[in-house]
Amino acid sequence: MWDNLHLLAFSPPGWGSVLLRGLMFTVIVAAGAYFLGLLIGFFAAVGKIYGGPVLKWSLEAYTTLIRAVPELVLILLLFYAGQDALNAFMSMIGLERIDINPIAAGILVLGFVQGAYSTEVIRAAMLSVPKGQVEAAYAFGMSRLKMLRRIMLPSMIPFAIPGLANLWLIVTKDTALLAVVGSAELATVTRAAAGSTRNYLLFYCAAAVLYLSLTLISTYLFRKLESRYRPASRDVKTVDPLAGVRA
Amino acid sequence: MIWNWFPKYFEQLMGGLVLTLELVFIAIFFGMLLAIPLGLVQVTGPKWLGRIALAFCTVVRGTPLLIQLWLIYYGLGSIFPSIPGIRESMLWPYLRDAFPYAVVAFTFSVAGYSGEVMRGAFAGVPQGELEAARAMGMSPFKVLWRIWLPRALQNVFPTLAGEMVLTLKSTPLAATITIQELFGVGTQIRQDTYRVYEPLLMLGGIYIILTGIIVVVMRYFENRIPRPTAA
Repeated sequence: MWDNLHLLAFSPPGWGSVLLRGLMFTVIVAAGAYFLGLLIGFFAAVGKIYGGPVLKWSLEAYTTLIRAVPELVLILLLFYAGQDALNAFMSMIGLERIDINPIAAGILVLGFVQGAYSTEVIRAAMLSVPKGQVEAAYAFGMSRLKMLRRIMLPSMIPFAIPGLANLWLIVTKDTALLAVVGSAELATVTRAAAGSTRNYLLFYCAAAVLYLSLTLISTYLFRKLESRYRPASRDVKTVDPLAGVRA
Repeated sequence: MIWNWFPKYFEQLMGGLVLTLELVFIAIFFGMLLAIPLGLVQVTGPKWLGRIALAFCTVVRGTPLLIQLWLIYYGLGSIFPSIPGIRESMLWPYLRDAFPYAVVAFTFSVAGYSGEVMRGAFAGVPQGELEAARAMGMSPFKVLWRIWLPRALQNVFPTLAGEMVLTLKSTPLAATITIQELFGVGTQIRQDTYRVYEPLLMLGGIYIILTGIIVVVMRYFENRIPRPTAA
C-alpha cells in the first residue's frame, strides 16, 4: 500500500485531483439534498401539526414508509421512477428523452429521503416551543403564517440544531449510496480509481480519510453554531456529533 | 404490473431473507459484545484504552458503511492472497467467501454506533448506586455484572431497538459485495426479468414488514423491562 502513494498525486497518473473532485461533488449533492430536505421537512412538519386529517395521514405515511425502507431501495426506486416520470412528461409535451444530470438526480432523490427525517426533527422542535409563545402571538393578532415566520421559526432553531446536525452528517454519508446508480461523487470515483489501478486498499483508505475529515469539520462547525444559538434554558440536548442513521 | 416471476423466485427470496436475518443477528450479537467494552473503557479508563475506543467509534461513525464494506472486502481481500501459504491454510475457504467480510464490516458498524450509546448509558447510571454496590463489598466485576450493566442496558433499550432497525436497513449494502441476500436476489430478478419497479416495490414491502416486526417485538420486551421510577 505505502509504495503506491504516488497514485494519490494530483496530476495524472495520480488520482488525487479526481478524488478531490469527487469529494466536491459529494459536498454539493449533500448540501443540495440537505436544503431540499429541510424545505420539505419544514412544510411537512407544519402540515403534520396544523393540517387536516387527510394531509396529516398522508404525511404520516410519507415519513413512516421512507424511514422503514432501506435507503438503497429508495434510491433505486426514486431514481428510475423520477427518470421515467420526467421522460413521460417530456414526450407528452413533444420533447426528446433526456438523461437527468447526475447532480440534480442525486439532490432530488436524497432530498426526498432526507425530507422524511427532517420532518420528524422539525416537528419535534416545533412541539418543544412553549405553547404560551404561540398563544401570545395569536393574541397579538398575528396570522398563522406570521406566527410561523416570526415566532415559531426563530424559537425552534435551538431545539432543532442537534437533530439537524445529525441529518447533515447522515446525508454526507448517504451520498455514497449513489454509487449504485452511477454518479460522480466520491464513492463512485474511488471505485473507478481502485478498479483501474488494482490498489483497492489504498484508494478506499483515502476515501475513508476524506469522508472522515468532512465529518469532523462539519461536527466542529455545528458545535460553533450550536453554542451561538444556545438558549438560556438548559433543557435542550447538545449535539451528539455522529449519532443517527447508519449509511 | 407483472408479478408472474414471483413463484419462480420464491425459494431464492426465502434464501435471501434467511441470509439477511443471519447477517442482522450475527452483527447485532457480536457488535453488542464489542460495544459493551467499547463504552465501558471510555467511562472508566484506562485513558489510553478509552482514546482507542473513541477513535474506533469516530472512524466507524464518520465514514460511510459502504466504503468500510469495500475497504474490508476488496482492500483486505486483495491483500490476503499475497500472503504465502494462506491458500493451503484452513482459513482460506472463509477468506474466499464474501459473507465473513460482510459480517466483520457490519459487526464493526454495530459496535461503533452502539459503543457510543453504551458510553452514554454507563455514564448515566447514578454514581450513588455504584457506590452502594461497592459499599456492600462487591468486587468491581460483580458491580459491573449485577448493577452497572443491567442499569445501563435498561436505560438504553429503546435506543438499541432503533439500532436494530438501522442495521436491518443497511444490510442491502452487502449485495454490493456479491452477497445474495434479499436485495441481491431482488437485483437478480430485475436483471433476469427486465422489470424495474415490481421487484423494488416487493423489496420495500418486505423491509417494511421486517421493520414492523422488529418494532413490535422490541416494544413487547421494552414493556416487560421494569422501568426505573423517576429519580
